[in-house]
Amino acid sequence: MIFPDMVCKAKDILLILGSSGVGKTTLLHLLGGILTTQQGSVSIDGTEINMLNGSALDKFRGQNIGIVFQQNHFVDALTVLENVILAQSLAGQRTNKKAALDLLVRLNIGHKANINIRELSQGEKQRVAIARALINKPKVILADEPTSALDDINCEEVLNLLHEQAKAVGSALIVVTHDTRLKDKIANRIILQTL
Amino acid sequence: MSILQLAWRNITKNPLNLIMSIILFGLGVGLISFLLLFNSQLKQKFDKNLAEIDLVVGAKGSPLQMILCSMYHIDNPTGNISIKNATPLLKDLHPLIKKAIPLSLGDNYKSFRIVGTNHDIIDLYSGKLNEGSLWVKDFEVTVGRSVAEDTGLKLGDKFVSSHGFNEDDDMAHDHTSFTVTGILGGTGSVIDQLILTNTATIWRVHEHEEEGGAESDSTKFTHNHTENEPSNHHHDNSNADLLNHPDQEITSILIRYKNRTNFQALNFGRNINENTEMQAASPAIEINRLYNMIGVGTDALRSLAILIAIVSALSIFISLYKSMRERKYELALIRVLGAGRIKVFALIITEGLILAIIGFVIGTALSHIGMEIIAGYLKADFRYSFTGWKWVNDEYLIFAISLMLGFIAAIIPAIQAAKTDINKTLSEK
Repeated sequence: MIFPDMVCKAKDILLILGSSGVGKTTLLHLLGGILTTQQGSVSIDGTEINMLNGSALDKFRGQNIGIVFQQNHFVDALTVLENVILAQSLAGQRTNKKAALDLLVRLNIGHKANINIRELSQGEKQRVAIARALINKPKVILADEPTSALDDINCEEVLNLLHEQAKAVGSALIVVTHDTRLKDKIANRIILQTL
Repeated sequence: MSILQLAWRNITKNPLNLIMSIILFGLGVGLISFLLLFNSQLKQKFDKNLAEIDLVVGAKGSPLQMILCSMYHIDNPTGNISIKNATPLLKDLHPLIKKAIPLSLGDNYKSFRIVGTNHDIIDLYSGKLNEGSLWVKDFEVTVGRSVAEDTGLKLGDKFVSSHGFNEDDDMAHDHTSFTVTGILGGTGSVIDQLILTNTATIWRVHEHEEEGGAESDSTKFTHNHTENEPSNHHHDNSNADLLNHPDQEITSILIRYKNRTNFQALNFGRNINENTEMQAASPAIEINRLYNMIGVGTDALRSLAILIAIVSALSIFISLYKSMRERKYELALIRVLGAGRIKVFALIITEGLILAIIGFVIGTALSHIGMEIIAGYLKADFRYSFTGWKWVNDEYLIFAISLMLGFIAAIIPAIQAAKTDINKTLSEK
């Protein structure tokens, strides 16, 4: 697969739009350092992530890239708050319970902080996933189909929430989706097509 | 949140999934550890009671039974031997014998055996008087520490014995009353559970039985006794004194040689067996035989325990593998959040180790509690004191082996988890 060049500045938002099967997830994984490019490069805040390998890449990803997956996975054994704190400690950062709790409150989910993650609804889980992506103040936040399961009202709300929070921590936000409703809302966009 | 905390939360999330593996592991560890505890205490007891006794001479029968009866006081006598026959052994100045200690059995008090013997038995078991004095006259007794503790006998107390080796009210010699003159300190050997008196006392107890016959007028003998005692001719507790009663019997003789490597000493036992109506047996040989017999049983049990431990390790492996498969998204997620492969590997290994530690703790508790329960039975049946609250060094070894099993059980799931391709896993819908 070949992808066009793309750039997203800090606090900016970039929409990557494409129908199923064009390699959206592959692109997201390339940008997130989950997959390495065969040709070309991915550079985040001046770091060529293709040059990193093994645990250096894992660490860089944990600290600098926040990912909101289409299907939100959590560590089922833990509470909402612990899932957020886990992101801090796995990234090798000092855990800060208060910061995590503040973030959850900001995302309107603070009242569920000490509930097991399995007991939350999908919508609530997505907010926790966003909190987890933001907690380490990453350079870039990647969101995979954050809105495709939502109705129009929630779609707009989630997009705004993501953008606001990304701006608040100074991250670039890249949204990968097939949800054409977002097309009119984001000016900076790339449309992927099957080659 | 550390790897340890995460592993712990993963295990406690769904304890039912793992409970069988843990119980199985606990059983395996428990059985092995129990065998260790039991064997070590048993061996300690047996060794302590060997007391450098080189030879036991008694009535013909099973040599092992004779040893168990005369040295460990857990079996019945093979019979009695007459003083007449035993005279050569009881004489002072025997060229081979350093010490010959006669034993006469036949009565008990609350299932503690009353043993007619001489004062040398105290040294034999390195005993020391704690209170009072050793027995001098007939019907005076010196009791071991366990006897005093369990029966509450104190200096000056009087008690009535019962015939045989188990407490039985119907068999009480209610015509004879013993007086406690001394209490020994604890030695950890069999002497702790004995009631010691002179040989003549045992004779007199049983003379009455024969004379008393129909036991209808036993009061007469009680009367007789107390009055007769002081005036009766004095038994001075020496072997020489026994020789004055060639027609009487004793149960057995414990012998310590002057020099156990002496050539004649080596043949001494065989001579007795071939040329007399008595039987001689070497404790070391008989106890070795006993170990070998018990050994088959313990070996079988140990093999079973090892099998259970291996099966449980296998079951831990299956549980971990299954849970690892179920959690593959979680593990991929952990990688995305910044954990390297080594961390994911360590997470699964930690879970295996935690399971092994829980299993070890359960098993150790089981074995110690089991040992304590068995100790209760042993105490009731044989008056031997065992305890469940003793830690043996080999338990550290069991702990190490448990950790190793936990590690082995976890290694394949851990490698699999570390090798997880996060791109593929997260692309699966």
